[in-house]
Amino acid sequence: MSRPAAPKADSGVRSTEDSQVIKERIARRVAQELKDGDRVNLGIGLPTLVAAFVPRDIDVYFHSENGIVGMSPLPGEGFEDRNLTDAGGRPVGALPGACAFDSALSFGLIRGGHLDVTVLGGLQVDELGQLANWMVPGRRVPGMGGAMDLVTGARRVIVAMTHRSPEGSKIVRRCTLPITGTRRVDLVVTDLAVIRPMQGKLLLVETAEGVSVEDVIAATDARLEIDPALLRESRSDRHPTRA
Amino acid sequence: MKKRSVTPAEAVDRIAAEGARVMIGGFMGVGSPHRLIDELVRQQRRKLTLICNDTARPGVGVGRLVDAGLVAKLITSHIGTHPAVQRALLEGRIEVELVPQGTLAERIRAGAFGLGGVLTPTGVGTLAAEGKRTLVLAHGEFLVEMPLRADVALVAARRADYHGNLEYALTARNFNPLMAMAAELTMAEAEDIVPVGSIPPDAVVTPGMVVSLLVSRGREA
Repeated sequence: MSRPAAPKADSGVRSTEDSQVIKERIARRVAQELKDGDRVNLGIGLPTLVAAFVPRDIDVYFHSENGIVGMSPLPGEGFEDRNLTDAGGRPVGALPGACAFDSALSFGLIRGGHLDVTVLGGLQVDELGQLANWMVPGRRVPGMGGAMDLVTGARRVIVAMTHRSPEGSKIVRRCTLPITGTRRVDLVVTDLAVIRPMQGKLLLVETAEGVSVEDVIAATDARLEIDPALLRESRSDRHPTRA
Repeated sequence: MKKRSVTPAEAVDRIAAEGARVMIGGFMGVGSPHRLIDELVRQQRRKLTLICNDTARPGVGVGRLVDAGLVAKLITSHIGTHPAVQRALLEGRIEVELVPQGTLAERIRAGAFGLGGVLTPTGVGTLAAEGKRTLVLAHGEFLVEMPLRADVALVAARRADYHGNLEYALTARNFNPLMAMAAELTMAEAEDIVPVGSIPPDAVVTPGMVVSLLVSRGREA
């Protein structure tokens, strides 16, 4: 860490930037993680944006916990079916080959390890890779919905969230908010970085375009280990992105 | 085998005026028995214990029961889309038991299928584990979750025949088939009631034998 400290403007949430742009950047990066044939559940909020950025050359099947695999965006106006919605109750479409089922089966798919990937929003992720995303005690208690099952049962859990909130870093040493599960999540994608929780540590594997390793460290409360490959690239001033 | 078809008013007449334990199908109001919900509000069934996936939105689905102040206790997975429930909870005016959605489904299924409970890894080590037994077995750590049953289940279906066989539509299925089997009295509100034999046996999801009452459209009665 011999480089001078990064300019302050780069160290936190860039408030001047439209938050939708930030969210889309995160969603675009998450979409790169999806593989052909993946069965994927997208959580509410930011994660739903991921669907729009799935690479064109792969087929991904979206599961929605209200009971469908093969959900697609609504094909257009006039195609709404009040009995075909996403988990937020919004009208969606269904691909040929889609199937519908009850809630027990829907969560059997989740909990039983039949889902390849889930993308969840986050309030905090800690050094153990634990996610907190379902309540802020005394302030906001929406309930866990399907999040606890998803974090427990999906083969791969990707957290998509902004790196910081107005209160500070969302990557923390230990979650202060109630956790969603004890399972270590597989990847955290923020507007500043991509972090891979490993046994007992958080590995910084990627920084966003125009963001340095030091920027990420400055914006993060948790201890980060730096992927050696990233350090090499960082020293030569190339900021790797996969956009 | 033939089931009587009754009006929503007659159906809700069968529910206790106060303190009924009621399961209502639906997910964000999709696949909810809206005519029965309207009637619960009209007949002011009070101090309900309501078991449902979520509280939908103000004015939508079971959200209407909360709007009307009829719910004393909620057993549900999500209340985040109904601000009045949030407020009532934070102010202690309503009792809310938050249950992970998959656990809610399995607890109802356990109640429906005569099981003594279920073991689930979901919620281990979280607030959802509070007050529950945890079993450490060779294949993992599990919460012991108790079955859920109700006095009355109000379910919605796409089609019912006059034996009470039910067929569902897409994501409107959700909790309905589970709840239909988990109550002393099950009332089914279908979009259409069709002649016996119209629903092919393979398409029947809920066997008519568990359905007590078919709810007609008001004008058909």
